[in-house]
Amino acid sequence: MSASVAAAPQVDAGLAVRLEGVSLGYGRHAVLEDLCLDIAPGEVLVIVGPSGSGKSTVLRAIAGLLAPHAGRVLAEGVPVTGPSPDRAMVFQDDALLPWRTVLRNVELPLRIRGVPKRERRTAAESWIARVGLAGWEDRLPRELSGGMRQRVQLARSLAGAPRAVLMDEPFGALDAQTRAGMQRLLLDVLRDTLATVVFVTHDVDEALLLADRVVVLGQRGRQPGGQRGGQRGEHGGIGTVLRVPDPRTPDIDRTGLRARIIEEL
Amino acid sequence: MSTPALEATIGSGAPAVESADAGTATGRTRTAAGLRRWAVRLASLAAVVAVWQWLTTADARVGLRFDRLPSPAEVAAELGRQLGTRIYYLDLAQSLIRILTGFALAAVAGIALGVLVARSRWAGDVLLPPVEVVRPIPAIALVPIAILVFPTDEQGIVFITFAAAFFPIMVSTRHAVRALPTLWEDAVRTMGGGRAHVLWNVVLPGTLPGVFGGLSVGMGVAWICVISAEMISGEFGVGYRTWHAYTVVDYPAVLVGMASIGVLGWVASASIELLGRRLTRWLPRGDRGAGGNVR
Repeated sequence: MSASVAAAPQVDAGLAVRLEGVSLGYGRHAVLEDLCLDIAPGEVLVIVGPSGSGKSTVLRAIAGLLAPHAGRVLAEGVPVTGPSPDRAMVFQDDALLPWRTVLRNVELPLRIRGVPKRERRTAAESWIARVGLAGWEDRLPRELSGGMRQRVQLARSLAGAPRAVLMDEPFGALDAQTRAGMQRLLLDVLRDTLATVVFVTHDVDEALLLADRVVVLGQRGRQPGGQRGGQRGEHGGIGTVLRVPDPRTPDIDRTGLRARIIEEL
Repeated sequence: MSTPALEATIGSGAPAVESADAGTATGRTRTAAGLRRWAVRLASLAAVVAVWQWLTTADARVGLRFDRLPSPAEVAAELGRQLGTRIYYLDLAQSLIRILTGFALAAVAGIALGVLVARSRWAGDVLLPPVEVVRPIPAIALVPIAILVFPTDEQGIVFITFAAAFFPIMVSTRHAVRALPTLWEDAVRTMGGGRAHVLWNVVLPGTLPGVFGGLSVGMGVAWICVISAEMISGEFGVGYRTWHAYTVVDYPAVLVGMASIGVLGWVASASIELLGRRLTRWLPRGDRGAGGNVR
């Protein structure tokens, strides 16, 4: 990885994201309060939490789709005021435009950026091949299985060369076998990219498989009054942040870490 | 029909391939079934004509008086005579030009306004109240106003047609835009897409199924109103000719006019449906209804 860091131009480097005292919610109802979090460039940060814990809400705030009630979201030190192609998003399901073929879906971010036709076709085709869907370019999303659609979404989000990829339970709707295949594909693809990854899941094993660090959004995060003190430390409003030793290395026994996360949930 | 799509969602890829192959394998049986359905449709039309022929030639008086109604044979003879005249085609062309002009204007204005009032609260507050007040007025009731305001009859008739088609198109578009899932818009925005990108890549294609529902209804109402308007004012057109035939008590010609209106209206609606189905091929199989009126 260090070799590619030296070779890569500055713009392709991962994005540093910082949440400063962020409160989030829909309407007047607050989901999360006083959230502080530093995400380092190029790291894979996984947010785990039960449904309703507000983990997708955090992602939407980083994407710029949801303005915080209080506090600031900073991308490379600049406050986030709206979405940007720097921060690509992968949604849980059905986020492909159903009237566009696989190829035209993957081309879309490049088209929006004004990349010339031939160039964006070449780039899109190479990404489609990268996620194992060569030959499916002219199919419509409805002709694809759920796993294949998520592969297309992955290709689409990475085709725009984002500096951060925000993934909102991208494999949550898949069966166990397909999900394992997608996780392998993601690890494989992430090896070649310097982008920062923020990945939301409710699956602890998925978190441990992918993460440099795991953020646990438990009940504690939603009740700042309950556990004020030592536990919160620098990460206010968040249960715990755990570093995964030797990340993304297979066959490492992580039962201890796993037990801690489950305890936090 | 929805089962293959469901399997494709759950399975890992192979099921999707299988369902695609299954689609072509059943192609032959599908055309056979299609032919049978067309035969049934034609037989249904023929049966109506046969009953009509029987009622009129038997001079039936069963509460209703069929003895003076022209028989299909008389109408066919009159149609044959009219097909040999220039005026018949001029009338058809005139009515078609009127309806296509009015309908095209209504489609553009209805879709534009429908999108605008659904996407902008401010535009909705400003534009909707007058529109909602005018909407319940039957377009044909606007004839006196049209005669007063427009310098020529021609413009008045096109205006009536426009007014008839405009409201169903506008209302359907408005509902379709409101019902659009926000997920697609979010996806395009996180790619850096602005308002124009969202409009062009999400709102317009995503609302097509609903918009075509409105276009279908709009085309039907437009026919009703163009014919009615021609009956009231106008010197050409199928509606005018039909009414003229009635004033000189030429019933076979009245029925030729009615049949012409029926066939033209049917062709127009079928064209809209066909176009709608072509443009919404991307819909999941189960959702593709006639006229594409889904969501």
